[in-house]
Amino acid sequence: MKSLLVYLKNYKKESALAPLFKMLEAFFELFVPLVMAAIIDKGIANEDKLYIGKMGLIMIGLGLIGMAVSVTAQYFSAKAAVGFSTELKHALFAHIQQLSFTELDRVGTSTLMTRMTSDVNQVQNGVNMTLRLFMRSPFIVFGAMVMAFTIDVKCALIFVVTIPLLSIVVFGIMIWTIPLYRKVQGQLDNVLKITRENLAGVRVIRAFNKENEEIERFDENNGRLAAMQMFVGKISAIMNPVTYIMINGAVIILIWTGAIQVNIGEISQGEVVALVNYMSQILVELVKLASLIITITKALACAKRIEGIFDISSSMPYTENGAEVEEREEIIRLKQVGLTYEGAGEEALSDIDFSVKKGQTIGIIGGTGSGKSSLVHLILRFYDATRGEVLYYGKNVKDYSLFNLRSRIRIVMQKAVLFGGTIAQNLTWGKEDATEQEMWQALEAAQAAEFVRHKEGQLESYVEQGGKNLSGGQRQRLTIARALIGKPDILILDDSASALDYATDAKLRKAIAAMEGDTTVFIVSQRTSSLQHADQIIVLDDGRIAGMGTHTDLLDHCVVYREIYESQYAKQDA
Amino acid sequence: MNQKETMIKVLRYIKKYWLFVGFSLIFAAITVVCTLYVPILTGDAIDLIIKEKKVDFIGIGEILKQIGIIVAITGIAQWIMNICNNHITYRVVEDVRQEAIRKLQKLPLKYIDGHSQGDVVSRVIADVDQFADGLLMGFSQLFTGVITILGTLLFMLSIHGGITIVVVVMTPLSLFVAAFIAKRTYTMFRLQSETRGEQTAFVDEMIGNEKVVQAYNRTEKELERFDEINERLKKYSTRAIFYSALTNPCTRFVNNLVYTAVGIVGAFFAVSGRITVGQLSCFLSYANQYTKPFNEISGVITELQNALACAGRVFELIEETPQLPEDKGAVELSNVKGRVDLEQVYFSYNPQQKLIENFNLSVQPGQRIAIVGPTGCGKTTIINLLMRFYDVNNGTISVDGEDIRHLTRRSLRTNYGMVLQETWLKSGTIRENICMGKPDASEEEMIQASKASHAHSFIKRLPHGYDTVISEDGGSLSQGQKQLLCIARVMLCLPPMLILDEATSSIDTRTEIKIQNAFARMMKGRTSFIVAHRLSTIREADVILVMKDGSIIEQGNHETLLKAKGFYADLYNSQFAPVS
Repeated sequence: MKSLLVYLKNYKKESALAPLFKMLEAFFELFVPLVMAAIIDKGIANEDKLYIGKMGLIMIGLGLIGMAVSVTAQYFSAKAAVGFSTELKHALFAHIQQLSFTELDRVGTSTLMTRMTSDVNQVQNGVNMTLRLFMRSPFIVFGAMVMAFTIDVKCALIFVVTIPLLSIVVFGIMIWTIPLYRKVQGQLDNVLKITRENLAGVRVIRAFNKENEEIERFDENNGRLAAMQMFVGKISAIMNPVTYIMINGAVIILIWTGAIQVNIGEISQGEVVALVNYMSQILVELVKLASLIITITKALACAKRIEGIFDISSSMPYTENGAEVEEREEIIRLKQVGLTYEGAGEEALSDIDFSVKKGQTIGIIGGTGSGKSSLVHLILRFYDATRGEVLYYGKNVKDYSLFNLRSRIRIVMQKAVLFGGTIAQNLTWGKEDATEQEMWQALEAAQAAEFVRHKEGQLESYVEQGGKNLSGGQRQRLTIARALIGKPDILILDDSASALDYATDAKLRKAIAAMEGDTTVFIVSQRTSSLQHADQIIVLDDGRIAGMGTHTDLLDHCVVYREIYESQYAKQDA
Repeated sequence: MNQKETMIKVLRYIKKYWLFVGFSLIFAAITVVCTLYVPILTGDAIDLIIKEKKVDFIGIGEILKQIGIIVAITGIAQWIMNICNNHITYRVVEDVRQEAIRKLQKLPLKYIDGHSQGDVVSRVIADVDQFADGLLMGFSQLFTGVITILGTLLFMLSIHGGITIVVVVMTPLSLFVAAFIAKRTYTMFRLQSETRGEQTAFVDEMIGNEKVVQAYNRTEKELERFDEINERLKKYSTRAIFYSALTNPCTRFVNNLVYTAVGIVGAFFAVSGRITVGQLSCFLSYANQYTKPFNEISGVITELQNALACAGRVFELIEETPQLPEDKGAVELSNVKGRVDLEQVYFSYNPQQKLIENFNLSVQPGQRIAIVGPTGCGKTTIINLLMRFYDVNNGTISVDGEDIRHLTRRSLRTNYGMVLQETWLKSGTIRENICMGKPDASEEEMIQASKASHAHSFIKRLPHGYDTVISEDGGSLSQGQKQLLCIARVMLCLPPMLILDEATSSIDTRTEIKIQNAFARMMKGRTSFIVAHRLSTIREADVILVMKDGSIIEQGNHETLLKAKGFYADLYNSQFAPVS
């Protein structure tokens, strides 16, 4: 939590004023029993109706001031809490954006989402409640004690003993139950997991006739949950009765002591009433404090989780002022590169060594999990090589700034991702000032011009979030067009034509080859037909290069390549 | 389902625990009466403390003793009441969840396919939880609250009618104030939740696709857009929170007014000697006690309404019509030869949209049927019907001449081995997953099956081999690896009939060839239905069913279909023919 408090720094004034005003409110509340005592001792005893009326007005006045002060406090605390969470969310979003892929993979989207939304809300709630109550409740508890001292020292000593005892009971039970409640939550997650599995796997479960086993598994976990809930419930159930007995025990002693003090003329009857009132106020505040502490514990747990995200630093060293690009013939060179993903036992890529000349088309082929995507991801630093060097124009990719590198190298990923907005907005992602002509050129090359032209509004037609209103093939072609805009130095197509039929795929390749400029193209594919015409084909097998060369070379010399090719063609010719 | 019906259903669940309910009510009443009696005694005691040298210690001692006893009784009664409430709530919740999971296993697939998974899960988990909270709160606060109000009224009336009227007249004020504020706050809350929804959607889109965002150097730009929404949300949230926070000070002020009124009126009465000081102090504490449950009850009622709404959603699930029960004389399917007949089958997911019409097919034992066609043409529907995940609307499907509706679902499904496109694995060890259909399989059998499906080599490389625990839905395994596990799962059982839906779509062509060989061995002598896009699978089939828009438009083997130059030929040329 501590490190998150920075985000309150612009709301120092509010965070100080809110509890201050809350304390003022409590202060005025503490006067009420004294006024009442005055009514009893002076008004009733002297039968002075005017005095009673005056005191009544004072009480209403105290109430009004209390309300005004309290409203002010609520305003400041709302402002501080919301301001805090707004800045926190900004910082969190910015932080997530600069994490490298390694960290994003490790943490996962759903976790990041929860941190950004419900966790931040819980913390906001915690800050709000803390500002409002954390000062008020202890103030009332101790204030009541102080007021008791102003009335009678001997009676006040009862407060001095009761308050710590009560605190021990209340906080003791809480310290005991909070971890138990956390366990209950964990068990509830288990029950949730089983339910979700039963839905997602319904076909398999029914096909294997596992319904009864699943019911048994659920019942077992559900029963355990109920048992845990009842156990915690039993402990929490002690709190109210015990505090009630303690407070009333204190009241009994208070009345007896009060009686003695009245008898010797130390205090008056009205003051005894005031003392009893103070004791009851303590009980009410302690209950509030207990529920506040539960809110705070929850908020702290969420804050800790958010801090966990802030603690993740990008594992990718990053240079702000990177090296200048000095073009030369050899555009890409991988030197003995190895890549081990975080937490993986083996290398995903080993001993990768090859060189690419500017303007070449490179094909990369291989089986599932052979490391094709990993290889191209190294070029634009989605991941850093854990061994060896990746060079771009003779300099290590790490020497360039990420911004520079990624604006020169464009990738079209396997999953075609589009964002909510118009087609034009999507296309200009990489180059904000792209002209309409540039967009149409890119669309033509990506074989997407035709369907865009048929859309109402054409470039201005709306793409729903995730591109849901487009077909898979259309999405893929738009993402390709997006990458083409701005004439990248290197274009990487990472299995991004898989949803296209052979004919469109061929046209696309032809169009890219015909593009002006000297774009170097990497094509990752499982289809040999997509790569046949590449200047160089790299065949990957289990993270190693199994062969390199042109289509015909590889057919002659590379067993793996031949197998792939034959699986797609040979039998058909037979 | 309206609230009343839901309430009745809730009561039906609670009925089982009537003894606990009875105890809870009795002890609640005891608690409240005792709690209310204490101020009277306190007042009596104070009346005995008049002034210097005029204190009746014997009387006070007597009263204090009584207070002590009553307080002890209250404490114990309250504790027992809490325990009872806990017991009722958590047992009822357990019962409801048990019933829900049983229902899930019997729901027709139509329901499960037609509802989002998140929706059903939240009914079983979040809704039930919310319901539990409401129920517990209702039990512990609503009942005691009502008794407290009634009890206080009676006690007050027994002391003095006039002051009681002051209290009764003034309390609704605080309720009125609370309602007034709530109404004004509602708009702010709506704006807040709308904007929050917008922000969540934005974050979901950007973080979900963070890699693309970074690849296009868009982080600064997206942060700006995020901030714009964030600032708007800040504005609405501050207002919503502030306005709703007004309730507390305002109602407290009203309560203070009541307290003051009681104090003044009481004091006047005390001056004229109609009540004692002790009675006044008793009234003051009642004034506090009387207003408190009003504030609480309004909260409890919203909570209860919410709880009932949640309960309603769970009950909706529990009361869904289950799938057709088994036929009375349903027989076990055994010694299957593998003859499958579909006769005049009509089926559609909804009546407005016709899907499969007059579908006829006769499959001889051991034949291999490939189903091809464009997406959405009804290929998976055939599988749904064969496995009886859905029942036909008309016509019959029979295995070995027996209508599958006259067979037990269990025996029908045991005789099919199924590998689906969506690979589903349960959380547990690899071993548990492979042995799902045959828990008593030996180690050798399991390894044999894994080898046959080419899963053995990657399993061996996992940290704990076959005992590696995989998380929900495969977790760290690749799509292809998951598919291999699903295949191994079927390889182990080797049922007489097979259903493979795009079974190898995520596996690279080389591995696929290896699996194909294993499949070929497995399919030998077994009736197989294969939905596939891969050419090799299709070409080796005995019968190819070409589907379009739900009906079989062509039927035959590869050569005859190509020669026919129909839809299949077109499909083949567009999808598989290489471009020269």
